[in-house]
Amino acid sequence: MSRDAVLSISELHISIGRPLVTGISLDLYPGRVTGLAGESGSGKTLTSMAVLGLLPRGARVTGSIRCGDTELVGADRRTLSAVRGRRVAMVFQDPSASLHPQLSVGVQLTDHVRRHLGLSRRAARQRAVELLERVQVPEPEAALARYPHQFSGGQRQRIAIAIALACDPEVLLADEPTTALDVTVQAGILQLLHQLAEERQLAVLLVTHDLGVMSAIADEVAVMRAGVIVERAPRAALFSAPQHPYTRQLLAALPGSRLEEEPDV
Amino acid sequence: MQKTAATRSPASPLAGFLLRRLGTSVLLLIGVTLVTFLLTNLVPGDPVTAALGEGPASDPATREAFIQAHGLDKPAPVQYVMYLGALLTGDLGRSLTTGQPVVADLAKAIPATIELAVAAIVLSLAVSLVLGTLAAYRRGMVTDQVLRVLTLIGLSVPTFWLALVAFYVFFLQLGVVPGSGRISPSITPPPTVTGLYTVDYLLNGDSVGFLDALAHLTLPVLVLSLFTIGLLTRFVRTSVLEVLDTDYVRAARAKGLGGWRVVSAYVLRGASLPILTVVGVAFGALLSGTVLVESVFSWPGLGSYSYNAARNLDLPGIMGVGLVVGVIYLVINLVVDLFYAILDPRVRLS
Amino acid sequence: MTSSILTPARARRRRIGAQWRAPLGIVGAVVALAWILVACTAPLWVPYDPVAQGLPRLQPPGPEAILGTDSVGRDVFSRLMAGAGVTIPLALLLVGCSVVLGTLVGAIAGYAGRWVDETLMRITDLVMAFPTVILAMVIAASLGPSLFNAVIAAIVVSWPQYARVSRSIVLSLRGQNYVIASRLLGYSPARSLWTDILPNVAGPILVLASLDIGTAILLLSGLSFLGLGAQPPTAEWGSMISGAMENFDAWWIGVFPGLAILTVVMAFNFIGDTLRDAFDPLARAQSIAANTGETA
Repeated sequence: MSRDAVLSISELHISIGRPLVTGISLDLYPGRVTGLAGESGSGKTLTSMAVLGLLPRGARVTGSIRCGDTELVGADRRTLSAVRGRRVAMVFQDPSASLHPQLSVGVQLTDHVRRHLGLSRRAARQRAVELLERVQVPEPEAALARYPHQFSGGQRQRIAIAIALACDPEVLLADEPTTALDVTVQAGILQLLHQLAEERQLAVLLVTHDLGVMSAIADEVAVMRAGVIVERAPRAALFSAPQHPYTRQLLAALPGSRLEEEPDV
Repeated sequence: MQKTAATRSPASPLAGFLLRRLGTSVLLLIGVTLVTFLLTNLVPGDPVTAALGEGPASDPATREAFIQAHGLDKPAPVQYVMYLGALLTGDLGRSLTTGQPVVADLAKAIPATIELAVAAIVLSLAVSLVLGTLAAYRRGMVTDQVLRVLTLIGLSVPTFWLALVAFYVFFLQLGVVPGSGRISPSITPPPTVTGLYTVDYLLNGDSVGFLDALAHLTLPVLVLSLFTIGLLTRFVRTSVLEVLDTDYVRAARAKGLGGWRVVSAYVLRGASLPILTVVGVAFGALLSGTVLVESVFSWPGLGSYSYNAARNLDLPGIMGVGLVVGVIYLVINLVVDLFYAILDPRVRLS
Repeated sequence: MTSSILTPARARRRRIGAQWRAPLGIVGAVVALAWILVACTAPLWVPYDPVAQGLPRLQPPGPEAILGTDSVGRDVFSRLMAGAGVTIPLALLLVGCSVVLGTLVGAIAGYAGRWVDETLMRITDLVMAFPTVILAMVIAASLGPSLFNAVIAAIVVSWPQYARVSRSIVLSLRGQNYVIASRLLGYSPARSLWTDILPNVAGPILVLASLDIGTAILLLSGLSFLGLGAQPPTAEWGSMISGAMENFDAWWIGVFPGLAILTVVMAFNFIGDTLRDAFDPLARAQSIAANTGETA
């Protein structure tokens, strides 16, 4: 475990009926985007869910997930809810599913702020407007009174990011944040995440199956397969000289990839 | 989508919706009168004997007078058209059972049943929301299984039997609650405002009357609610389970909201629309229950009235009940739609 | 909810849950079979003639009449057992008729479409707009109070739900390739409906029907309670309960028939509920998830 890591996962095992994640260690650093890549079923989403204690009932978790001094594996309800949203926040894959269709953006953007930070309604609202401005949602004041269905997919994900950042967390877990979006707006969302990581010194865990997304913003990439991390390298190194055959396979599947043309892979 | 709706009807979409609703409503009500009319006319029963009893009905003079007075000598289609004509002027004829205008009878019976049914549905919904949510959260655990068996039992108890048992135990034996009528005989009914005694006593500031009316409501409402609670609890459980598996609930938890906030603001709001639909259906089932419950607790409502009308083959009475039931059905649907619009911004804002 | 750790207590509670599901259906089946057996054989072994009035009146349960006697000196136990032979077969008949009628109407509506569908569904809506007991009561009263007429009335109010379900299934199947293919091959609509579509309707309708047997028993006994079904001296549970209203202190007259209805209806509801779990893919997925914890 490194000293300045804000979130340290070590020797994490998760089993639901059968072992699904077997011995993962990963550190997240402020201002850096760490990618967790792998196909569906590799355990990458389970890992991110485990951080917030959101695994389904019946999941067995061992190992350690430390956020600062707080141990999250086996933590009680009170500890978890003090960390969730406040120190570790999450952005989900599909904003049209992760935003409540019947609650206004304003409510979804302020209820946890008021709980965690004890702000007044007015102060929370003010904060919400600033956040919406930052994530470039047009007419932030008016947006608070609107409902998710009145926004486009890309704007919805921006709102979801604003919600995640509302309490100024140290860690942001982004689970396939662009997969459900139109290709045209994906780049914008990734760029936003990248900027936010830098300016807020956020530690971002970017979970995706899409190495194209990784290549855009990840500083370091860990490749997961069948519950274990098979390769971990800085972005440049991973993309230019992949070590593990599975990584090469993933890279080859990437459209327009350089490796595609190499006959040997 | 909004564009096509706008081009199709130049008036506001709400007006169009209400007009269409009104059209189907009128059709439904005419259908209801026709069905009840056919039922009571094309069948072998003899309304004169049913209304007068065997003795008087065998006297030709009495018989003739009764037939004349109620227009029973005319051919059936003429009777029906006459009925519809009178209906337009708000006249539903005279009951063969009570001898009173059906409108006057219904004006007394409807509020009595509405008071009963609304109290029962409110109670059932409140209990079911708690039990159903609990069962969903404890899915597969002992609590869930116990609730599953209990709700199935609730759906299996014969209402009329339960009414009798409750009547016997709590009224006759223990004497803790009154067991018949809407108020004690010693108490004068409140001045009619809404027709709901509890509300009218309150409006009149009469606490003694209010408590008495409330006490009289207790047994029928509890008996009536059991079935509805069983029905709704199971449905709330299913709906909540579906919502618990959504990303927006996961997201709410990931925000660190408290369990209570997640349930009340996110889970139940998400489950509210399907639950609402079933509450509408349950209300209809509840009206069925009133027939049996009212007859046990001598509750002077629509159930008792329709029972007496049916037993006496009282055509105007039955048609009146049919119409009221049709109207209630329409009102329930309208109320459900209204709540839909309140609860779902996607409906409200489109 | 928040803890992801499977504590031993939780694991134990969940195991109990897993074991409980099917047994509920088994309990239901055993009780239902027992009652059906009683229904078939009661006349052979009940101690007294269920309609004979030879015993002392209003006797409490005792050695001579184990569940007591009613106000005209009939044996409550014998009537109770004989009552099974009245209510259960009629309820099964009633559900059977409703199923056939409703499924056919729904299938025809869904398959024919257009005005046929429109007309049939409006009729269905019309019937469904009425509270069942009120409509059944009016019909039963019009036809004249008898058990047979009560069954007719109950059929009239029960078929629409089957029509709705079968129509929606037929609608969803009508566009499927294999159905279209069979039409293109030149098979008649009736044949296509019979061989391609109806078999798919059977499962959901069966589940609905199994849950409806209890409702049918409640409706029939309710009508008899109101005096619109079984007539004296028939040993029918609903009318036995209504007879109890005259003599409240002879509690045994009304309590036992009520318990009989309750246990039979419960048995069929347990069966129906278990069947629904087995058939309904969503409920099944949920019950599997509840047993293994695999929801992610």
